[in-house]
Amino acid sequence: MKSFFLKQRYLIDFTLSSLLRRSGKNIGLLLVYTLIVFMLASVMLFTHALRNEAGHVLAESPEIILQRMIAGRHDLIPGGYLEKIGQVRGVMEKHGRLWGYFFDPAIKANYTLMVPRDRSLGEGEIVVGAGIARTRGVGIGDILSFRSADSRTFSFRVMDILQSDSELVSSDLILLSEAQFRDFFGIPEGFYTDLVLRVRNPKELRTIAEKLTLKLPDTRPILRDEIMRTYDSIFSWRQGIVFILMAGAILAFVIFAWDKASGLSAEERKEIGILKAIGWETADVIRMKFWEGFIISISAFLLGYLLAYLHVFYASAGLFESVLKGWAVLYPEFQPIPYIDGLQVATLFFFTVFPYTVATIIPIWRAAITDPDTVMR
Amino acid sequence: MQTIKLEQVKKIFHQGRPNEFCAIHGIDLTIEPHYTTVLKGPSGSGKTTLLSMIGCLSRPTSGRITIGGDMLSGLPERFMTEIRRKTFGFIFKQFNLIKGLTVLENVMLPAYPLAPNHAALKQHALQLLDQFGLVSKATLNVEFLSGGEAQRTAICRAMINDPEILIADEPTANLDTKLSREFMALIQQLVDQGTTVILTSHDPEVYESPVIDRVVEMRDGLLESL
Repeated sequence: MKSFFLKQRYLIDFTLSSLLRRSGKNIGLLLVYTLIVFMLASVMLFTHALRNEAGHVLAESPEIILQRMIAGRHDLIPGGYLEKIGQVRGVMEKHGRLWGYFFDPAIKANYTLMVPRDRSLGEGEIVVGAGIARTRGVGIGDILSFRSADSRTFSFRVMDILQSDSELVSSDLILLSEAQFRDFFGIPEGFYTDLVLRVRNPKELRTIAEKLTLKLPDTRPILRDEIMRTYDSIFSWRQGIVFILMAGAILAFVIFAWDKASGLSAEERKEIGILKAIGWETADVIRMKFWEGFIISISAFLLGYLLAYLHVFYASAGLFESVLKGWAVLYPEFQPIPYIDGLQVATLFFFTVFPYTVATIIPIWRAAITDPDTVMR
Repeated sequence: MQTIKLEQVKKIFHQGRPNEFCAIHGIDLTIEPHYTTVLKGPSGSGKTTLLSMIGCLSRPTSGRITIGGDMLSGLPERFMTEIRRKTFGFIFKQFNLIKGLTVLENVMLPAYPLAPNHAALKQHALQLLDQFGLVSKATLNVEFLSGGEAQRTAICRAMINDPEILIADEPTANLDTKLSREFMALIQQLVDQGTTVILTSHDPEVYESPVIDRVVEMRDGLLESL
């Protein structure tokens, strides 16, 4: 056993010196290989981080949202529906929400305006998300003016800026008082955007949703799990789009790597002949070349994955955020929680390291089984 | 030490193809241990082909090659490699040193698959380099060596596994007269240590050297005289 490891050490020593002897070619290969792993790993890590983040955010959201539908479209819901719901077993709490969207032509961005339940704001007072503060260049105490749908100008004083740890959902958010919200959008008293219900037992969700549909046939209950599933699909879809965009680069790399791996230079062939002539077995030559392919691919994998990890978790995935996050103007700045998924690492390893290592073995085997007397000629 | 015997050894290249070529036409030859034998003949006479078969670098198309009574010609590749590694040391016409490696690394290379203790291997390689006057060049890359130094490095590499038989294919083809004489003096050292030496050459500096015990003349794949 000791001699087995010692032999592998000799082979790896020789492999490293071989790699250094052809440093230009191998460094070029390593860089391209690392870049591919970096891109793939960045997308995988970032999509995973977004899913996690969305999961954390939605964990705090209500279990059921009830929307009124008219002609298949979402419409304002009367407050009287809260009484109509009455006492449904399992519902801990129910209330109406006021929220809506506003397009700001100044920066061509959509804001989400919302009435908070946990803080009270006076007339002309707003709290804005960090994305809006950044893009509009406003701070606490500054004034923001918006024109409402009926052409009246509303001026608001920024009282606070929402913390960046919730930026994924709060980047484009404006909080204002109920009176201001109704006045700005022209929503009459007694109407809400939707109703939310908190349910203690998740197993009762479906039953409660069915009861609501029966009691209020013009409404649509939306479960939190459905929203999570939708987010999951959206992120998977975006990941797919990025992978398709990267397919060209990946294909170019595959051709490049295959050419490098499958084609041996005359010098390499001669070297194999010399090694065999001086007493190396075919298996030794194949093992040595296996180590060569493995060292290149594992180095590229580790380097690419490490760079992707830094890129995603410490540089907010600057290269892919526009595609993967999906915000148009108000990109949220947030630091995803560093996380490594074993299955994801294994998948990436299998699709990057394994094919390259195998691709190097076949041509080496073909070269290594030739008679060593070729070096005599 | 073991006797090498060749019986009706024949070598045909590209057998069954339009470019089929018979390089060796059924040779019988016995090479005694501790002898220095030279296979002499013009280009194309089959010297190198015969030498490569004796050294287990290739197999005869037909016939038998035995060493100490053990048949080599029918052995699987793995066993042939083992015999080649333990029994023979090779010096090639073009030296065939691996560029980019140092003199010391080139010398140690044939021993890697045997996985000896690294310190002992290095010590042995340095002793050989010292014996052949190359110890000061140990850390130099082989591409910076002169022809004579490259030749001596090739000898050290051939001797690293302490082979019983040294095989040299036209070893003076790339050397001038002075270096050729120096090479034959080095061969004398090895013969004095008990090594059997088999060479191919058409250089008079080799086959007329006092080191040579026996000259085997070849022409067109056949032996001319013994």
